[in-house]
Amino acid sequence: MLVVACIKQVPDTTQVQIDPVTNTLVREGIPFIVNPYDTHALEEALRLKDRFGCKVAAISMGPPNAEATLRKALALGVDMAILLSDRVFGGADTLATSNVLSAAIRKLHTEADEVGLVLCGKQTIDGDTAQVGPGIATRLAYHQLTLVDRIDNLDVGGKRIRVSRKLEGRHEIVEAPLPAMLTVVRELNRPRYPRVPMRLAAADAQVEVWNNQVLKLDEQAIGLKGSPTWVSKIFSPERAKGEIIGDGYGDPEGTAALLIDKLLAKDMLPL
Amino acid sequence: MTEPQPQPKVKKPRGKARLLEGKCIACGARCQSVCPVNAIEMNDAGEPVVIPEKCIGCVKCIKICPASALEMFFTPEELKILEQLAAAATPVEEEVDEEAAALAKKLAAYRGVWVFVEQTEGEPAKVSWELLGVGAQLAASLGVELCALVIGEKVEHLCAEAFAHGASKAYLVDAPVYRNYRTEAYLEACCHLIAKHKPEVILMGATGMGRDLAGAVATRVATGLTADCTGLGIDDKRNLMQTRPAFGGNIMATIMCDKFRPQMATVRPNVMPMPECREGATGTIIREDFVVPEENILTKVIEIIHDTKNKSHVDITGAEFIVSGGRGMMAPENFAILKELAEELGGVVGASRSAVDAGWMPVDRQVGQTGKTVRPKIYIACGISGAIQHLVGMQDSDMVIAINRDRQAPIFEVATYGIVGDLFQVVPAITKRIRELKQQRTH
Repeated sequence: MLVVACIKQVPDTTQVQIDPVTNTLVREGIPFIVNPYDTHALEEALRLKDRFGCKVAAISMGPPNAEATLRKALALGVDMAILLSDRVFGGADTLATSNVLSAAIRKLHTEADEVGLVLCGKQTIDGDTAQVGPGIATRLAYHQLTLVDRIDNLDVGGKRIRVSRKLEGRHEIVEAPLPAMLTVVRELNRPRYPRVPMRLAAADAQVEVWNNQVLKLDEQAIGLKGSPTWVSKIFSPERAKGEIIGDGYGDPEGTAALLIDKLLAKDMLPL
Repeated sequence: MTEPQPQPKVKKPRGKARLLEGKCIACGARCQSVCPVNAIEMNDAGEPVVIPEKCIGCVKCIKICPASALEMFFTPEELKILEQLAAAATPVEEEVDEEAAALAKKLAAYRGVWVFVEQTEGEPAKVSWELLGVGAQLAASLGVELCALVIGEKVEHLCAEAFAHGASKAYLVDAPVYRNYRTEAYLEACCHLIAKHKPEVILMGATGMGRDLAGAVATRVATGLTADCTGLGIDDKRNLMQTRPAFGGNIMATIMCDKFRPQMATVRPNVMPMPECREGATGTIIREDFVVPEENILTKVIEIIHDTKNKSHVDITGAEFIVSGGRGMMAPENFAILKELAEELGGVVGASRSAVDAGWMPVDRQVGQTGKTVRPKIYIACGISGAIQHLVGMQDSDMVIAINRDRQAPIFEVATYGIVGDLFQVVPAITKRIRELKQQRTH
C-alpha cells in the first residue's frame, strides 16, 4: 500500500512583520519552513511505514526552491519525493491546487502501488483555508476524514480505517473504507528528527519534478486560470489606538480604581 | 535612444509594466501567470522581474496584482504623445463584449443567500445563527431571500429557529441517513439542492464540520470558496466581497469570486454578531425528499464523545468576560490570580499560544489564530505582548484591557484601556476593588 503525504513549503508567518512606515509586508529574511501541520501528516505516514511496511511518497506543489522541503522528507525516510512545479500551476487557489495534487496522486496510483491513504495537515499556516484536503478527497472520490487526532485501527488487508476526529467540544470515532484522505491535527503525534545518515543519504536522493507535460492537465483548470477566487485588494487591518491609564508601576491600587470607575461609567461590569 | 518615430497616424503608446519597490507581497506569481507573452520571470524572493523587451503593455499584470505593486512606465517621449492624444480628445469607443454578456446571463440564473445550519444530534451550532445575521444584510443588499439549509434527522425544529434568527425560507432535508454528519451524504444533499435552486451565496461556519463540507461542496460544484471571512459585503455588480486575514493575520485581503456561482464562504464562530431573535417569526419550509441510500454511504460514525463530560473543559468562546494570561505569567501557578479575577466577573481564564505551548494552560483555552476566536464583553490581556496571531482571535471583543510591563507591546494598540505595570500587583488590585464594590452594594 502506498501512503501519500502532501506537504507544503510556507513562509514562517509568525515572523512576518509589517513595515510601520510603508504599511507593506517585510518579507526579507523570512525563513521558509515545512507547514507545521504537514509535519504531523508526514510523521504519521512514516509510522505506517514502520508498522505495516507501507511505501511512502511525499508530494508538494510549489516553485523550484520547494525542493528543499521534499529533501527534508527524504531525510526523514520517505521512499519518493515529487515536486509538482510548472509556471502554469502558479497563482492557484485551493480549487486549482487540489486539481494538480489529485492528478499527481492518480498518477502515483497507476504507476506505483495502490494508494490507500492520503495524509494532509489540517491546514497551512499561510493560507489557513483547510480546503485543499477536502478538495483532493472529492476529486479522487476518496473517503474524507478531517481533523484526525488518532488512528485507532488500520486494517491494510481489509482496507478499512478507524479514526478519532477532533471537533468543537466533541470527538467522533469514524470508520471508513480505504482509500481515504485524512487531514491531521497536532495532537496526532510528535514528529521525528532526521538522523545524520538519513540526511546524508537524502542529499544524493532524487526529488522528481513533474511539470504539466507529465500531468497533462487542461490549462484552463489549473493555476490562475483555473482559480475561481482572486485577491482584489490587500490592506492593513484597522486598529483602534489604545488609551494608557494611570500609573501601573507607581500606583497599582489607584490605577485599578481608575479602571473600575471607567468600566462602571460605561456599565460594563456585572455589579 | 532609437525610439521609432511616430508615423503620420499617431499610435497610442502602451508603455511597459514596472515593479514598484517594496510593494510586492509574493502573492504566488499571479502576474507571471496572467502575462500572455511570458514577459515576467520570478526571482528567488517570489517577486516579478519584467523583461521590457517582451512586455507589450497589455496591463493584465497590473490589474491582477492585489498589492498594486506594478505600474505602467512610459518614456518621456511616450508621455508627450499621450498628452497630445489627450488634448486631441479622441473619444474611445466601448467594445461590446460578447463574453461578458454570456457571463452575466449565466450568473443571473443564481439568486438567493443560503446559510447552512450546522447541527449535531439536533443541537444547532451557534455560528449558524450568527451567519443568518450577516446573511440578512447580504440578502437585503441583493434584494433576494435569506434561506436556511437544514440537513439532519428529526431537525424540523431548526427551521423555526432559523426563521426566528432572520431566515424567510428553509430547505429541509430530513432522513435517517443524515442522522450523523458524514461528508458523502451531506455533500450529495447539498449539491442536489444547489443544482436545483441555484443560490448565489452560500455561507457555512468555519467549524470542523463546516470546513469539511464546504471544501467538498465547492470542489464538486467547481466554484470558489473563501475561508474564515471576517467581513462580507456586496459590490456594485452583485458580487460578494469576502474579506479575511492573510499572511497569518498580518494583512487583510478582499477575495472575489465574480465569474462563478455560488459564491461560497466560511466564517469562524464569534466573528459576526448574533442577530436579534424574534420568537414566533415564521417562514416557508421547502421539504426536499432527497435521500441517499444508506448502503451507498460507507463511512460509519461509531461514537460521538462529548468533551463536556470532562469536568475540566471550559468553553471560552461563549464567555462574556475573559481574563487571559501569556508569557508574562511566568509560571502555571500564577494563573490563580487570573482565576480569582475571572470568578469575580463571572468569566473564564484564557491563554495565549505561548502560555499553552509552555504547558501552563490546556489547548482549549487558547485564544488566537490557531486557537479560538472570542468576542466577550471584556477581554483582559495579562502579560500578553500581542502577537498578530493572538490579536486576530480577540480584537472583536467589545472592550480590551491590557496589562503589561512593556509600553511598546503591540497589545496596547488594540486595547481600549492599557495599564503599564506589574500584573502581579495590578490584577489583585482590580480583584480587590471589585470585591469592595460588591460588598458596598450589598450593604
